[in-house]
Amino acid sequence: MIAVEHVTKEFGPTVAVRDVSFRAADGEAVGLLGPNGSGKTTIIRMLAGYFPPTAGRVSIDGIDVGRDALRARQHLGYLPESAVWYPDMRVRQFLEFCADVRRLHGVARRQRLGVVLDGCGLAEVQHRLIGHLSKGYRQRVGIAQAILHEPTVLILDEPSVGLDPRQVVEIRQLIRELRGRTTVLLSTHILPEVSSVCDRVVIVNHGRVVAEDSAAALARAQQRGERTLLRVGAPAAQVAATLRALPGVERVEVEPGDDGFAQVMVTTTQGAPPLAAAVVQRGWDLLEMRPLAMSLEELYVRLTSPPDDPPAA
Amino acid sequence: MTFLALLRKELRAYFVSPLVYVVAAVFYALSGFFFYTQLVYFVQYGFGLNIIGNFWVAFLAGAPYSVSMVLLLVVPLLTMRLLAEETKLGTIEMLLTYPLRDGTIIAAKFTACTVILALLLAGTLAYPIFLAVSQPLPWQPIGVSYLGLLLLGVSFTACGLFVSSLTESQVVAAVGTLGLLLLFWAVSWNEAATSPAVLRALAQFAMFDHFETFARGVIDAGDLAYFTAVSAFFTFCTMRVLESRHWRGQR
Repeated sequence: MIAVEHVTKEFGPTVAVRDVSFRAADGEAVGLLGPNGSGKTTIIRMLAGYFPPTAGRVSIDGIDVGRDALRARQHLGYLPESAVWYPDMRVRQFLEFCADVRRLHGVARRQRLGVVLDGCGLAEVQHRLIGHLSKGYRQRVGIAQAILHEPTVLILDEPSVGLDPRQVVEIRQLIRELRGRTTVLLSTHILPEVSSVCDRVVIVNHGRVVAEDSAAALARAQQRGERTLLRVGAPAAQVAATLRALPGVERVEVEPGDDGFAQVMVTTTQGAPPLAAAVVQRGWDLLEMRPLAMSLEELYVRLTSPPDDPPAA
Repeated sequence: MTFLALLRKELRAYFVSPLVYVVAAVFYALSGFFFYTQLVYFVQYGFGLNIIGNFWVAFLAGAPYSVSMVLLLVVPLLTMRLLAEETKLGTIEMLLTYPLRDGTIIAAKFTACTVILALLLAGTLAYPIFLAVSQPLPWQPIGVSYLGLLLLGVSFTACGLFVSSLTESQVVAAVGTLGLLLLFWAVSWNEAATSPAVLRALAQFAMFDHFETFARGVIDAGDLAYFTAVSAFFTFCTMRVLESRHWRGQR
């Protein structure tokens, strides 16, 4: 269990985190979502006991991190943001060192080392120097050391940075497997990561919690604001006028196109097919059409705007 | 247990890097050269038969051609990476969020460097053993002088560990430590620059003066206390620097 209660962190005159509160129940996976510089890492470092909050209280499994840091850290597995380990240690050597520091002995030590080496796909590189590994493998080494001692709370700061798509899928699978047994807090600035792994999402921006909701609600909010980019072989003004007239279209933005093509971004609640149909009906060439992911900033606006914003009922 | 794991990690870090071998080579080359020149000087001009008073003290403590001076040069190179590298790599964040006390981390680093120093100094035992072949040596004062060398080295290490905790650049750590140690060495030199009272006070801080009594084979409780105090002071400062992440305005 993770509890963050009215936490503020000031670095001299700058306030990095302002009155943040959220909880993660036992076995729950919570995503901490926010753009770079929003205070995610600061919150996480306070939870890991790296530095204390200026005001407020953080606790792990009910243990006050400020008061009893050593005991709290025994419950915690932590992947820091910059996953750079000792470059002149070998993977296995490093994990053995972590096991010793975590006071794992004998059979448990051997068994856990085997489990994480296999589970994180490190078995074939276990005798290589960490400094010679690719970023993806180093990230896995970091995850391996975080789950080595079977922590009840696992905190991962940007776990999929620098991984290739296949590795990202593997890491997410690994986190999903832990869900239920382990409380997971995962920070990221990538939307799909949260919706695929987490039960609940806490969105922070400028050091404040701007929204807190279930991952399902987040996914809905995302769909609600579907944006589509179209490139049409016709004058931009005509295209924009035609699309604006369609039902469900909220916004049409015209981008300066090239070669006499119109490039428009359409926000609609009715999905993409009516747009294509309208273009084709007019006899225009539809050159390109693809969905645009909603940016985090837009999502914040959506999630934080009052619910009178009518959803597509 | 955790201390031993940390100590093993620190010692391994020393032995896998080429630096410690280069440092050892320089240390033995210089101390060997000084041993040879001081011995030739002693034999040629023979200040009586007191080999401890006239040769051994000069070889160990007679700046600048002495083992203690070489120690002053090499210790900053051994201590520079201890905390600066961890800060640079970011691994310090991992260590500080493991269930470890700050004190255990510092103690392991300190002990590892002391072990390296002791190994370096043990190598120089070849010199008195070489002498003993042709001339019977009083081993007790030589033992005491080695204790003094180790204490001096430990004080240097405490100082170097402190400077290393202040920066993430190993070069800055090495240069800073060297500067601080040289200041400790030179602080009582210029008698004209200070009033006698101030000089008396400053002289108390001159590390080499406190070492000289050991080199002569005398254990002085005051000097023993001095080296203990210097090491304790710098270790205390290092602990406070690590702790400063709690209130400092960055990272």
